[in-house]
Amino acid sequence: MVVKKSGKMLFRLLPIGLMALLLSGCGIPELSALQPRGEGAQMQLEIIKLSLWVMLFVLAIVAVIYIYVLMKFRRKAGDNTVPKQVEGNHTLEIIWTVIPILLLVVLAVPTIKTTVELADAKEAKKNEVINVTANLYWWEFEYPDKGVSTGQELVIPVGKRVAVNLTSKDVIHSFWVPALSGKTDTNPGLDNEMWLQAQEAGTYYGKCAELCGPSHALMDFKVIALEQDDYDAWLKDMKSAKEAETKQLDAKNKKNWTTGEQVYAQNCLSCHGGGKVAPSLTNFGDRQRIAGYLDHDKENLEKWIRNPQKEKQGTKMPGFSEDKISDEELSELADYLLDKKLQ
Amino acid sequence: MGTHTMGMPKKKTGIMDWLTTVDHKKIGVLYIISGLFFLLVGGVEALMIRFQLIKPMNDFVSGELFNQLITMHGTTMIFLAAMPMLIGYMNAAVPLQIGARDVAFPFLNALGFWLFFFGGVLLNLSWFFGAAPNAGWTAYAPLSTVPESLGVDFYSLGLQISGFGTLMGGINFLVTILNMRAPGMKLMRMPLFTWTAFVASALIVFAFPPLTVGLFLLTFERLFGAHFFDPAAGGNIVIWEHLFWIFGHPEVYILILPAFGIFSEIIPTFARKRLFGYTTMVFATMLIGFLGFMVWVHHMFTVGLGPVANAIFAVATMAIAVPTGVKIFNWLFTLWGGKLTFPVAMLYSVAFIPSFLVGGMTGVMLSVAPADYQYHDSYFVVAHFHYVIVGGVVFGLFAGLYYWFPLMFGKQLNEFWGKIQFWLFFIGFHLTFFPQHILGLTGMPRRVFTYLPNQGWETMNLLSSIGAAFMGVSTIVLVVSIVAALMSKEYVKRDVWGDGRTLEWTLPVPTPEYNFAQIPLVKGLDTYWLEKMAGNKTVSVSEEVGDIHMPNNSILPFVMSVGLFLAGLGFILRLDYGTVGLIIALIGLAMTLFAMFLRSWIDDEGYYIPKAEIEKDLRLEAEKEAK
Repeated sequence: MVVKKSGKMLFRLLPIGLMALLLSGCGIPELSALQPRGEGAQMQLEIIKLSLWVMLFVLAIVAVIYIYVLMKFRRKAGDNTVPKQVEGNHTLEIIWTVIPILLLVVLAVPTIKTTVELADAKEAKKNEVINVTANLYWWEFEYPDKGVSTGQELVIPVGKRVAVNLTSKDVIHSFWVPALSGKTDTNPGLDNEMWLQAQEAGTYYGKCAELCGPSHALMDFKVIALEQDDYDAWLKDMKSAKEAETKQLDAKNKKNWTTGEQVYAQNCLSCHGGGKVAPSLTNFGDRQRIAGYLDHDKENLEKWIRNPQKEKQGTKMPGFSEDKISDEELSELADYLLDKKLQ
Repeated sequence: MGTHTMGMPKKKTGIMDWLTTVDHKKIGVLYIISGLFFLLVGGVEALMIRFQLIKPMNDFVSGELFNQLITMHGTTMIFLAAMPMLIGYMNAAVPLQIGARDVAFPFLNALGFWLFFFGGVLLNLSWFFGAAPNAGWTAYAPLSTVPESLGVDFYSLGLQISGFGTLMGGINFLVTILNMRAPGMKLMRMPLFTWTAFVASALIVFAFPPLTVGLFLLTFERLFGAHFFDPAAGGNIVIWEHLFWIFGHPEVYILILPAFGIFSEIIPTFARKRLFGYTTMVFATMLIGFLGFMVWVHHMFTVGLGPVANAIFAVATMAIAVPTGVKIFNWLFTLWGGKLTFPVAMLYSVAFIPSFLVGGMTGVMLSVAPADYQYHDSYFVVAHFHYVIVGGVVFGLFAGLYYWFPLMFGKQLNEFWGKIQFWLFFIGFHLTFFPQHILGLTGMPRRVFTYLPNQGWETMNLLSSIGAAFMGVSTIVLVVSIVAALMSKEYVKRDVWGDGRTLEWTLPVPTPEYNFAQIPLVKGLDTYWLEKMAGNKTVSVSEEVGDIHMPNNSILPFVMSVGLFLAGLGFILRLDYGTVGLIIALIGLAMTLFAMFLRSWIDDEGYYIPKAEIEKDLRLEAEKEAK
């Protein structure tokens, strides 16, 4: 009997213990909402903690009454008495109506304040505007004022709020970088805006958070925060790399092409060239992942080009079999792509 | 009608009796058995989901199959397991609790069941066409309008048909509870389960029409090329989200309120003490039902409706915590000072309080809109709603099963195995869902068919999957226990728990088809308990023994539902199989219309059970009691 009781106690305390564990911070810093690296996520964690403490206060009160009641009022064997039939108690009922209302006011005020603050992208717009377009299953990031566009990796300057406009080309996706900020949906036919800020340089993991099809789970992206100087240099390099690429791949320049360039121009350019139908590959060699989630190496790249459906069910990219691209050509193409790096 | 000459119809037996019954008790059994069956189906889907997620980059199922599994798991559990089982309890208990001989519309009741049943069969038939719905139980457009797979057609038409059935159930119980109460059963003397059934029925009546509209738009978009949700043609994708959640949020209360009602019956019974704050409980129930319609946007905080909408709906959502909190304290103070015993029904009720409380806590946390930007569509939300729906609704379903099983079947579930089932389920439940809070906060989105290693998610996913296995084993124990109980020959006595407080426990076992030989006279809340305390063996009656009017059985509800089922199937197949599909659809529609015509044309006045027969029953029962 004693064993059983303490066993039950353990289970009742387990959630509290785990909650405490939760507060101490879990997950990896690139991805966890509990280890914020951006102003938005910071504000959100503050209010998460506030609400958690308010709720733990309620939990504690209920737990005390609950445990007391269950230990104290058990019917003993042979006890056939009828307890007093209590109708209710007005004072008690008023107390447990009014106190929760007060607690909720404590919670409601910062809720409204933070909601408004997070929706205000005015300051951010002055710094930088980035258009995010979600696609099945990749992300396009366009810097309209800078004439730069990239796929799968969003580069932002450290310490500044940047405005992010969000939309989708096909179904609903949702743009989520837990370590930097909460998510906003990308809706086809509609535009959303939010702001993003990173407090320190680094790579942060982004996720698609709205079910969008069989490869929803694989629609990862990265946010790379660079110091302002590096960021400016990156924008410049992107622009010149794109110009160089366009010039090099111009059909008039055909005779100067390497095998890799030739295969690329004939098979990939029509979709990947503009960066709208498929991710721009201008800085592909610098990428951290292939197709958003595969390790960035030649073997995976070749596998991906041969049969993208196998790696990412439902992707719009067609496969290229041996009769379209031979094994040698594929190898050359992969080398060419992996070599597409910024200076 | 003075002559009472209509003879008793020939009794149907066996399967035909079940197909034609209009008796609320039998319909209740049909609902419970079908609900349990779908619970097993949804449970197998859940186990497959957790098996896939047991380790990173597992390839047990593909992304496409995974999406079908999550869609069918959610849809099945909500529409085909939880709701039917609750409506089953309403059928089994509500007419008896209010001292009625049946529901207001017995024919409609049967129709409601068969529509639900065939809607559910249609939905699940999708597996055999290799194309189960795959757009999530929320079926957000335009993912759900992509015509490539047939799956969502099964969703839209299957739910439409079963939704009609639910709507009929809602109307039926509203009218029954308002009109069929025994003398003295004032509204404020109704057992709390009846009250919650009443409020849930009202919610059904107001919440299902938006779903019906949404499903029609979806069906038209998919089958007939409409463009309600197609931005390229001037449509708007957010319309579906609104329609779905205007239904979807009250749906949560349609599920949880009757569960609250079940706990509010069980806790006083096994505490031997009347419900603390009955009046407040009633008003809290109504308030929750009312507020439930004003908070749907909290499911859409990340859609981009703007800070004003988000802030208003955040505060409105928080408000719901107040009446819910009131209920928790009232249950605690019902226990306070009681004489507690712990049969399995009570174990589930007592375990419900802390489990649901955690779901309520995370509910308030989720109402904080800016925090929700982090939680939304992450595993935190998955944890939250499973704490509410399993820790609240499923605990309620199991508690109700152990509590009312003797009432429905005249036999009792084994308590020893019940306790094992309870502990396995309770431990498994917390082990499955608690770690998911942490997964969500550390960045894991929901509805992902796999995940990369080294993202800090391995341990919690493994724990979660182990917990699911516990729940699976527990469910097997439950099924074996049910089969064993049904096969046993040991019948229970009247008032099996000894401390029954409400009218259903005054009835002989098994309950006669007319329920009450004489309609009782209700003297207050918990009238049976009051009579017992006054030293009476049973409750006072309000009428002499006389002939009892009964409705005739009818096959028409079954035929109408089969017709709609065929029509739905035909329309779905129309796209792939052309004329064959169309012919099936037309045959189905013709069947339904013809059955409706027969129902209108044939005067069905029911029959009378003669006084002599009832007197005989009373005599036999008295002899049995004397032994």
